[in-house]
Amino acid sequence: MKELQELARKLLTEGTVKVVIGYEQGPRGVRPVFVTDAADCEKLIFDRRCVTNLATYLNPRRKPIAQLGKAAIVVKGCDARSVAGLIREKQVERDSLAIIGVRCGGVLEDPEGDAELTSETVSVRCGGCEVREPKLHDYLLGELPPEPPVNPRRNEQIAALMKMSPAERRKYWDEQLSRCIRCHACREACPMCFCVQCTADKSQPQWIDTSATLRGNRAWQTMRVLHQAGRYVDCLECERACPEHIPLGLLARFVADSVEPRFDYVASDDPAACTPMGVFRTDDEEEFIR
Amino acid sequence: MFPKIVAFVCNCCTYTGADLAGTSRLKMAPNVRVIRLTCSSRVNPLFIIKAFERGTDGVIVSGCHTGDCHYSTGNYYARRRFAVLHDLLDFMGVEPNRVTFSWVSASEGNKWQEVVNETTERIMKLGPAHPVEAQQEGEAQ
Repeated sequence: MKELQELARKLLTEGTVKVVIGYEQGPRGVRPVFVTDAADCEKLIFDRRCVTNLATYLNPRRKPIAQLGKAAIVVKGCDARSVAGLIREKQVERDSLAIIGVRCGGVLEDPEGDAELTSETVSVRCGGCEVREPKLHDYLLGELPPEPPVNPRRNEQIAALMKMSPAERRKYWDEQLSRCIRCHACREACPMCFCVQCTADKSQPQWIDTSATLRGNRAWQTMRVLHQAGRYVDCLECERACPEHIPLGLLARFVADSVEPRFDYVASDDPAACTPMGVFRTDDEEEFIR
Repeated sequence: MFPKIVAFVCNCCTYTGADLAGTSRLKMAPNVRVIRLTCSSRVNPLFIIKAFERGTDGVIVSGCHTGDCHYSTGNYYARRRFAVLHDLLDFMGVEPNRVTFSWVSASEGNKWQEVVNETTERIMKLGPAHPVEAQQEGEAQ
């Protein structure tokens, strides 16, 4: 993608930014890259294999990247929502960023794959995408591609789970979560997990079992998705980071599906929008309260 | 004594309401352990998760009616959090009936009695919570 490489080269030579966070071709599929030298700009690519949400590298927890200096970041429309989330929650400053928006026509489920986009290979989050062109950007590149196909797998899974009895659902999640090894990769990969100290790491008091017991695993994942309520942008970094392939995206999507209609909220790339859990309406529904 | 129910109540309304129920000599199920908090928005979802982990069969969360919060807006924020928690617990397979959310004001001793009795009855029907998980506890408490 010449346009992107030229822009990155220009930004780096002019000294506008010190690092460009983008995608490159790695030995096993596309991977994130940090370009600090204008000569390396030809590494940068963008296509349907660029699955990763790079906003996670803006997270203030990632000090080595912040130390590189002002960053330019390549964002798809969906990733721009994470960047907006970080700006909204005062984790990064808008002025300390150059946002290179790219128009995107859907990405693959598997970043190591090289298939064409079909309803089976496309990521479950791409169906019905309304942000193929990011609104939050300093530079905007690419042509607007056609709408991506719809992969119905996740919605079908959630619907099937909701048809089960609570006991069956419990059994399903027990089976899934008992595989968790508590590596906390879901937290590390998440662009919106930015607490200086995580509750899961606290020992006095210890709220969550630190060892990989089913009890601790359930508490950990419940807490993690609750903390993501109203922050979730459907990037599925947690699910991809999980070495045990636990369907964490189902939990996160379910919470988002609960938050969005209840509080009349959609994840947006407007940094000035409100976080739904930080505001209230006096007429919020309370059908579950007696 | 089956079942074991934990109630997280706010100091300003429900705790006073529960106190009123007691001083008025209202008869109610003795299964509920009341934990007093400053406000219903002090209820961290982890309190509820922890209560279930440690062998509680049911949980009551209660605070001031909306608009009556001593801190003006605490229970409005709490209501949003409870809504998400309520849905998520259901999705993760905890019967949503195990957690009762209610608003009980300082003058509603009768309502507290109803909430306690009705919750106890409901939990009795549901049976003990998570017998499987309790067996898997392999460590000292």
